[in-house]
Amino acid sequence: MLEQIIFSMLCILSFGFAAKRFLFISRNISLGVNWTPDSTSFEKWKNVIFIAFGQKKMFTKWLPAILHLFIYIAFIFTQIELIEILIDGITGSHRVFLPILGSFYLLIINFIEVLSLLALIGTFVFLARRNLLKIPRFQSVELKGWPALDALIILLAEIVLIFFIFLMNSADVSLHHDSYHFFLSGFLVPFLKEFDTNTLYILERIGWWGHIIVVFGFIVYLSYSKHLHIIFAFINTYYANTKPRGKIENMPAIMDEVKSLLGISESSNDTNQLPDFGSNDVFNLSWKNILDAYTCTECGRCTEVCPANMTGKKLSPRKIMMDIRDRADEVGKKLDSGDVAFCQDKNMPLSPANFSDGLSLFSQILPEEIHACTTCNACVEACPVLINPLEPIIKMRRYEILTLSSGPADWVPLFNSLENNQAAWSLSAERSAWAADMND
Amino acid sequence: MSIQVPVYSTLYNQGIFPEILFWVGCAGSFDARAQRVTKAFSTILNKIEVSFAILGEEEKCTGDPARRAGNEFLFQMLALQNIQTLNHYGIKKIVTACPHCFNTLKNEYPELGGNYEVIHHTSFLNGLIADGKLKLQGGGSFIGKKITYHDSCYLGRINGIYEAPREILEALDADLVELKRCKSNGLCCGAGGGQMWKEDEPGSGRINQARATEIINSGADIVAANCPFCITMLQDGLSSDATEKNIMVLDLSELIVQQL
Repeated sequence: MLEQIIFSMLCILSFGFAAKRFLFISRNISLGVNWTPDSTSFEKWKNVIFIAFGQKKMFTKWLPAILHLFIYIAFIFTQIELIEILIDGITGSHRVFLPILGSFYLLIINFIEVLSLLALIGTFVFLARRNLLKIPRFQSVELKGWPALDALIILLAEIVLIFFIFLMNSADVSLHHDSYHFFLSGFLVPFLKEFDTNTLYILERIGWWGHIIVVFGFIVYLSYSKHLHIIFAFINTYYANTKPRGKIENMPAIMDEVKSLLGISESSNDTNQLPDFGSNDVFNLSWKNILDAYTCTECGRCTEVCPANMTGKKLSPRKIMMDIRDRADEVGKKLDSGDVAFCQDKNMPLSPANFSDGLSLFSQILPEEIHACTTCNACVEACPVLINPLEPIIKMRRYEILTLSSGPADWVPLFNSLENNQAAWSLSAERSAWAADMND
Repeated sequence: MSIQVPVYSTLYNQGIFPEILFWVGCAGSFDARAQRVTKAFSTILNKIEVSFAILGEEEKCTGDPARRAGNEFLFQMLALQNIQTLNHYGIKKIVTACPHCFNTLKNEYPELGGNYEVIHHTSFLNGLIADGKLKLQGGGSFIGKKITYHDSCYLGRINGIYEAPREILEALDADLVELKRCKSNGLCCGAGGGQMWKEDEPGSGRINQARATEIINSGADIVAANCPFCITMLQDGLSSDATEKNIMVLDLSELIVQQL
């Protein structure tokens, strides 16, 4: 009975805490400006099924894709066992599904054991790739500190989790050889043959509790980690852009302004309230940009293919996404603090509309990062979960040029030439001079 | 053969409405290297006897570099003026040799009120060859040499056109070797997003030189390309390399012209 009470309390605490964290993150995402996807339901679900569920884009690198697939499938099927553990934990039953499912239950557990072993292999290879082989995309500066530790923690937790699963199962097989036919755990039984029934029972409990405690810990930890992608990958692919990639988001306010300047239409902007031009903070990114940032798994496939990054420039698309996420977290915490110090207008209550902490995205992202982008879309193509790192880069360039009137000095002659000669270069020759050469 | 490049307004005033508008672009108009591509493509257009014209002095930059640099105001100014011109003439079909112009005209103008059938010259030329309208005589000076193809970002990864250029090279009987990074994994030349007009940000190397190294490693004698910016960047990258081998960067239309 005591076990049931402790279990139920831990269950409520971890799920309750996780729910609070998800509310925090979804509020942070909603700090972004409104944006409506123009994809059809068919396109949305197609992306969820192929890209998130089917992991299609992972397979441009087959080795990590297969190892990741092991962990992913193991994770999905372990949910069956977790549901059983939840029922057992609350009601005090033991392997409640066994009498109901019979031999099918044995099949499921055996399948989970095989997957767990494959996941364990995957985990060891991943540890080696990060820490021994030192694959370049896992060594970038933006991963120093917490991001690298986060990756390590989760891989170690995976090993601990699988250890407990096998401890639980093999102790159970030792206790009930006649009914529990778990093939892989069966191999571990000889190691337990020294122990009496009582010890085996205790070992089974250690395995069972160890397993569920790691799971509860994971539920709490998830929202602080890049491992949030196990949920957000599905949401993000659902909302992903399906418009032509080459179409940069239009700015209707400026279009209307120019249309009225050219006499094409009447100015519709009679309120004189122009929206922010471009983005310098989470408040003027779209909520999708922030969702992208929270979805990022820091795999670095974007940075690995970025031509600016591979030639030593400071730009790293992954860092841009991580900076946006960290800024959203920071703003969220400050808003929740209720501290008047963060009020723009000290006489008004703290709110997203009345917030200023003297910081912005530019506090973390240097101009030389956003100036280095060639808009080649390699990062967009590379992302396995359809994040678009290019969009915030363009929005930050817009902020620099349109709001701050700054930007690279080299672009001033370009802009002057475009403005005065409607050509990218200022040349005295006529645009069609080449044709005169030919017609001769 | 005398080459004629009519201007749209002249024909329009005579009541003639050409089937195709050839959008030349700033590079194709002003850059000496890109002008050679413009001329090669014009020669092909004359050869197939299609009715075409250019906008001439009425053509303005599409606004691609302004928009990507973040100067939306300037982009809108240029784009909306171009759309006024194009709509005034009732233009239906545009062909261009520049993937940046192609992308902006095709993907960005519709939302501003400009709806046209926009075709990159690569797809256009490939269509002509496939339909038998453009007959290749064979015997180009590149025959027997190794040719590689550089996917421009704006035609390849951004607009998904990977096969048309390769089909042209096949039709030309060229000995194609693929670069290590090609198609959706193609490496940028370094010019897009306004980089063409600015110095590199601090780093350890230049993108065009990185791409030039890949080209040299492929063992190719000629690089086929189809973007004026890529052509400039790659030729610069290859020239700055210390190796003796004189690798040429040529537009697909320049290769085709050799076999007319």
